[in-house]
Amino acid sequence: MLSEATLQKIDREIAKYPAEQKQSAVMAALRLAQQEKGWLAPETIAFVARYLGMAEMAVYEVATFYNMYDLAPVGKYKITVCTNLPCALSGGVHAADYLKQKLGIDFNETTPDGKFTLKEGECMGACGDAPVMLVNNVHMRCFMTPEEIDRLLAECE
Amino acid sequence: MAILDSINPTLTAGWHRPDVRDLARDTGWRLKDYEARGGYQALKKLFAEKMTPEQVIAEVKTSVLRGRGGAGFPTGLKWSFMPKNAAGEKYIVCNTDEGEPGTFKDRDIMRLDPHAVIEGMIIAGYAMGAQRGYNYIHGEIFELYQRFEEALEEARAAGYLGRNILGSGFDFELFAHHGWGAYICGEETALLESIEGKKGQPRYKPPFPANVGLYGCPTTINNTESLASIPYIIRHGGQAFLDLGKPNNGGTKLFSVSGHVNKPGNYEVPLGTPFAKLLEMAGGMRGGRKLKAVIPGGSSAPVLPADIIMDCTLDYDSIAKAGSMLGSGAVIVMDETVCMVKALERLSWFYYEESCGQCTPCREGTGWLYKMIHRIEHGQGRAEDLDLLDDVAKNIMGRTICALGDAAALPVISFVKHFRDEFAYHIEHKRCLVPPEVQRAGSTFHTRLMAGATC
Ligand SMILES: Cc1cc2nc3c(=O)[nH]c(=O)nc-3n(C[C@H](O)[C@H](O)[C@H](O)COP(=O)(O)O)c2cc1C
Ligand code: SF4
Ligand code: FES
Repeated sequence: MLSEATLQKIDREIAKYPAEQKQSAVMAALRLAQQEKGWLAPETIAFVARYLGMAEMAVYEVATFYNMYDLAPVGKYKITVCTNLPCALSGGVHAADYLKQKLGIDFNETTPDGKFTLKEGECMGACGDAPVMLVNNVHMRCFMTPEEIDRLLAECE
Repeated sequence: MAILDSINPTLTAGWHRPDVRDLARDTGWRLKDYEARGGYQALKKLFAEKMTPEQVIAEVKTSVLRGRGGAGFPTGLKWSFMPKNAAGEKYIVCNTDEGEPGTFKDRDIMRLDPHAVIEGMIIAGYAMGAQRGYNYIHGEIFELYQRFEEALEEARAAGYLGRNILGSGFDFELFAHHGWGAYICGEETALLESIEGKKGQPRYKPPFPANVGLYGCPTTINNTESLASIPYIIRHGGQAFLDLGKPNNGGTKLFSVSGHVNKPGNYEVPLGTPFAKLLEMAGGMRGGRKLKAVIPGGSSAPVLPADIIMDCTLDYDSIAKAGSMLGSGAVIVMDETVCMVKALERLSWFYYEESCGQCTPCREGTGWLYKMIHRIEHGQGRAEDLDLLDDVAKNIMGRTICALGDAAALPVISFVKHFRDEFAYHIEHKRCLVPPEVQRAGSTFHTRLMAGATC
């Protein structure tokens, strides 16, 4: 269900916690599963539950509680733009508008070719570098003026 | 030069950021660089001088280091609450779940000085007799979570972590745990639930974490900046740290300045520094426009109008006296182009979105607040809405499990209090006092690079 490489990484996470607390690795395990599969399908969640000896429902609760887990397929590049107030004072909303216009989609939509998904995000703890975006949850991009946004989109194959 | 600018740098001394965009080009965060600027000397001194745990806690008390995560609770006092002779495991947890809008200081600490956090946590473990620690890192800075794991590897290889650290007989293990997009996990008991692999829903207190914390064991949770301040205190003494700031407000502190200044960024200044000085360091008001209001301690702190904040100094007592909170030290600067209703609308949406839903006043109240502010902003406000806003907000306060309820209510109460005329104008005229095109132009793209800053 998950690759050997992913399972090894999950095992490394499990080792961080006391032996009887495997469940503590669930956030990392879901993140790793999502990185491998692109999103968290019900069978992926069930697999993680079995692997960690947890009830499926408990894993599902975690997957739905935290915003960065994707419970439905997303584009190859998921771009999350922070529009919270501090960013909005320095172009956060302008950056989101520019992206919407460039990609021809609104928040929570995916381009027809399946390449880009756009999301609205909350404070990423980088407000001094506004506008701020996250690419596929793990890569932060700062000072996203129109030229920088163009560069980012060009980098996405 | 440390970050952008600083006065009496202690935390940021020796930091290097050659390229603001490219993490890969950061220099100076690795172990050898940290050691070269005096890193791990505090730990060595503590063992060489055979300081007792009680002596360590006494130094931290003397320093009057107050928690940098928001509440400003004295760190030394918090440490003294940990049970002394309890059997079984105890834990030290670092809170790097920095998600309070406006706050971005812990990210720079993690980026440029991760070993300071590690050293602070080891010393905390020694002082409280804990042998395991976790650093809970905001999911959005995943790249720095990976960097922290590398720093941990370096520390283990050098014998700063693990068994019998530097031959002292003290054992300490430290691990990183990442969040994945939930503001509420910054609340310390939600954070513990999250490490335990559950939804991040805050716990009832009491019992407090010092008695029943992670996995039911005694636990102390501190903010990243609090812990990163510890090595200085042990190396130079609590009194030296206290003397950097002002009485009852020890030390220097990182202030995250965002919004309508020329050079948004982090600035390290002594507590007690005039607000006007910080504003000047941040390049002054953007475009020379007029200051309208400042949120001085992260989005949860009450807003202060220009004339009040310009008379404040940056310390816990002065800001509290002015009716707000120093909080996390996140200074959100707004000029005259800002519509206060719209600003509050965005913040209220945030709290509504991030409420964990356990308590009815918070779950329902944050939704009501947002809906009312939304309708006022969109020309559908009613005359009775202003009193109703105040009433709903005050009915959330003090009636919830955690402080997110208060955090959602305080901005509403303070915005309406200080800018009541602007809210009333919206209701009466069904439009903003500040024309929309002025608002939009005032908040267009701006970075400190555009203002000529190099880092
Ligand atoms: C909703 C909410 C969010 C919080 N977010 C953070 C945070 O991101 N970082 C932090 O250090 N403390 C945060 N806190 C405060 C913590 O609960 C806790 O007081 C703090 O981590 C203690 O560390 P300190 O004493 O060193 O400040 C938050 C509190 C609440 C109620
Ligand atoms: S106050 Fe809000 S966020 Fe805090 S526990 Fe209650 S519902 Fe959850
Ligand atoms: S408000 Fe956008 S990163 Fe903080």
